[in-house]
Amino acid sequence: MLEFPLWKKLWLWGLTLAASVLALPSLFNVSGLDWPASLPNPQVNLGLDLAGGSHLLLEAKADEIRVQRLENMEETVRQLMRNAKPRIRIGDVSTGEGRMSFMLDSPADIDRARGLLEPVMQGANLTRDWDLAVVDGQRIVLTPTNSGIEAALDTAMESATEVVRRRIDELGTREPTIIRQGATRIVVQVPGLEDPDALKSLLGKTAQLEFKLVDLNALPENVAAGIAPPGSQVFPYAPGSPMEGRFEAVRRLGGIRGDNLTDAKAGVDPNTNQNVVNITFDAQGGAKFAKLTRENVGKPFAIILDGQVLSAPNINEPILGGSAQISGNFTAESANELAIALNSGALPVPLQVIEERTVGPDLGADSIRKGLLAMAIGSFAVIALMIATYGRFGIYATVALVFNVLMLLGLMALGNFTLTLPGIAGFVITIGAAVDANVLINERIREERKRGRKVVAAVEAGYKEAGRAIYDANATNFISGVALFAFGSGPVKGFAVVLVVGLFTSVFTGVTLTRMWVAGWLRKTRPNDINI
Amino acid sequence: MKLLKLVPDDTNIKFLKLRVPFFVLSLVLIFGSWAAVLVNGLNFGVDFAGGQEVRMTFEEREQAPVASLRELVGGLGYGEPVVQEFGGPQTVSIRVALPEGAEDTPGAATAIGEKVIAAIAKEYPDVRTDGNDTVSGKVAGEFRDQAILALLAAMAAVSIFIWVRFEWQFGVGAMFALVHDVSVTVGLFALTQMEFSLQIVAAILAIIGYSLNDTVVVYDRIRENLKKFRKMPMAELLDLSVNETLSRTVMTSLSLFLALIPLLIFGPPSLFGMVAAITTGLFIGAYSSIYMAGPLLIWMGVTSNSFVPTEGAIERQEKVARGEV
Repeated sequence: MLEFPLWKKLWLWGLTLAASVLALPSLFNVSGLDWPASLPNPQVNLGLDLAGGSHLLLEAKADEIRVQRLENMEETVRQLMRNAKPRIRIGDVSTGEGRMSFMLDSPADIDRARGLLEPVMQGANLTRDWDLAVVDGQRIVLTPTNSGIEAALDTAMESATEVVRRRIDELGTREPTIIRQGATRIVVQVPGLEDPDALKSLLGKTAQLEFKLVDLNALPENVAAGIAPPGSQVFPYAPGSPMEGRFEAVRRLGGIRGDNLTDAKAGVDPNTNQNVVNITFDAQGGAKFAKLTRENVGKPFAIILDGQVLSAPNINEPILGGSAQISGNFTAESANELAIALNSGALPVPLQVIEERTVGPDLGADSIRKGLLAMAIGSFAVIALMIATYGRFGIYATVALVFNVLMLLGLMALGNFTLTLPGIAGFVITIGAAVDANVLINERIREERKRGRKVVAAVEAGYKEAGRAIYDANATNFISGVALFAFGSGPVKGFAVVLVVGLFTSVFTGVTLTRMWVAGWLRKTRPNDINI
Repeated sequence: MKLLKLVPDDTNIKFLKLRVPFFVLSLVLIFGSWAAVLVNGLNFGVDFAGGQEVRMTFEEREQAPVASLRELVGGLGYGEPVVQEFGGPQTVSIRVALPEGAEDTPGAATAIGEKVIAAIAKEYPDVRTDGNDTVSGKVAGEFRDQAILALLAAMAAVSIFIWVRFEWQFGVGAMFALVHDVSVTVGLFALTQMEFSLQIVAAILAIIGYSLNDTVVVYDRIRENLKKFRKMPMAELLDLSVNETLSRTVMTSLSLFLALIPLLIFGPPSLFGMVAAITTGLFIGAYSSIYMAGPLLIWMGVTSNSFVPTEGAIERQEKVARGEV
């Protein structure tokens, strides 16, 4: 065991120094020095609890997707039946209890209706998105399949993640992390963001803009009570509007969604001096909007944002130019926010914040300072104990400890791992625990010497016999480290990473490196006795 | 140079002589901890209870206005807040639990958080918000499930590892030692009513690892001595093993302790609970390795024959070698 051929020494030293050098850029950074820009610059990421910033966990209201799909299906069915030649007349359309059903006026149309609907029922890859059933020979019931709902949710979440990314980019924050998590969640991390309120309010906006015709036949007393006539919906006015607290009944179908926008800009109406948002439709949306306004001149239509009526102006003349103005008691900020939200597209599903963690940048810097101080004092205490107890062997253990910290930091930089506040605790624990291997070895050497073994034999036995316990002990630590990693959310994961990577570096430096150094010293001096 | 020896060379403490009283004490500690958890309950932080916690610093004042903050936040109608100094007289942490029935409203915690911060910022414009955590009831429930699962999984996995590396009795012994360590640590949190958070669960998982270190080192020595001293009575052999590894146990615990103490005193206040848990766990773990993990081996009938392959096993090995199996 004391044989270390040259190639092995070179290889061990190379590995040690290479990993340690990787720690330098991070050390420069922490001590406020500039790392030369021309050199590679691997850095340990600082977690939000150290760097400051906001962590938001967003969850989609998946139920809304289900409701929306039923409504879309109703619109599709009506269109298909209307456009069929000859037209298929239907009635008693309902979308309750998670399915959509309607009645054919004539049972003879059943096969034609089925034929028309069949293509719409198919999902991707030979799955079905909807199940079609015929009841009493005349009623068709469409039920969404689970796989269909899942696929729709998946698509919605994909595009919601994209929308969230665009909105955060518009805020101009640096290096946000936006990751989809599980079936219905999105994690957003924005370093350096102190006040997440603007972000939350922006992400909380679904930005579903709709233009719908006001139902003029609705009875005012029913509308005031929130009761909608058949074929209509009732929406409340938005808070802050002059009509706040009142309701408007609008026709459910035949409106326009704000999906077809090419641009939205905040501005001020020169006539009224009010804050407004100017929107421009794309060709398709412009044509639809022109048609809607041309056919309904003189009637009011409601501008609805996320289920709240902003305003319900009269259509004075057809709007053919493909652009329109949204007014609705905006401040300059809220107009700008709406413009950003509209530009980034509507969220296909509403999101809500279910977990938020924000740390101010001062606190993070303070934590790092205090952590480093504690680490320095702790290291000195451990080093003093080691040298006082084991003399020369304690010095080896100390040098190993220094390399252990450097390699740990270097490997974390290489792997682009994140250092968190609990991770700092992990570093301190690693410093305390890393010497365990040396303690085990040195105690064993002491014992073997006491039993009268010669120096070289005692050292050999020390490394060999202690090795077993070192292996078993680190294996159990590794297992609990893995459990820790699997369990943890961000900060706790950072703790697990330090502990687990630290296990490997501490065994490498504490066992392999010290053995090389001890072997070199023994071969050179061939002592008859050792002070241990 | 005369080197330091914390444990004298021929230390021979008869640890196992008192195994019955100490084992009873351990059982009392375990059940006492459970009782403390049942009676006092744990002071769950926002991670596990849901709700909102904000840390604020009043830089312009010598002392944060704890009493008036309590009144101010209490007046918002979300129930009595917990307002505590946090690391220094100028800094406070203010915790508001989720109101009754809000567990299922995902946005409730965030909404409360915004209102609390806004109300305080209005009353004290000079305040600095250091950090804000809001956790909805749903996420808190998931954290609770995950924490329990992680603790059980870690305890089961390391015990199985010990069983595979040693013998089944050692696995059971390790499992009991761990149940002891985890129970007593959790019990201390129930007694002191210190905040129980995700970090504390992380600390307990770390304790599981380090406490087992001690157990493994002692077990490894027991295994070695069982092969060496075939005739020695079990209690004597355990004492020998514990004494032989005692200086290592003391050294390693001491070096961990020396590293942790500065962190406890000078470290960031947010880490205090976690580091306190690990530091306590260090001693609990060392104790349980000697008085839980050891004696159980005697009572489960570990003898010097435990590591001698049985005849059946030898026959089977020979058959395998001959290629008959």
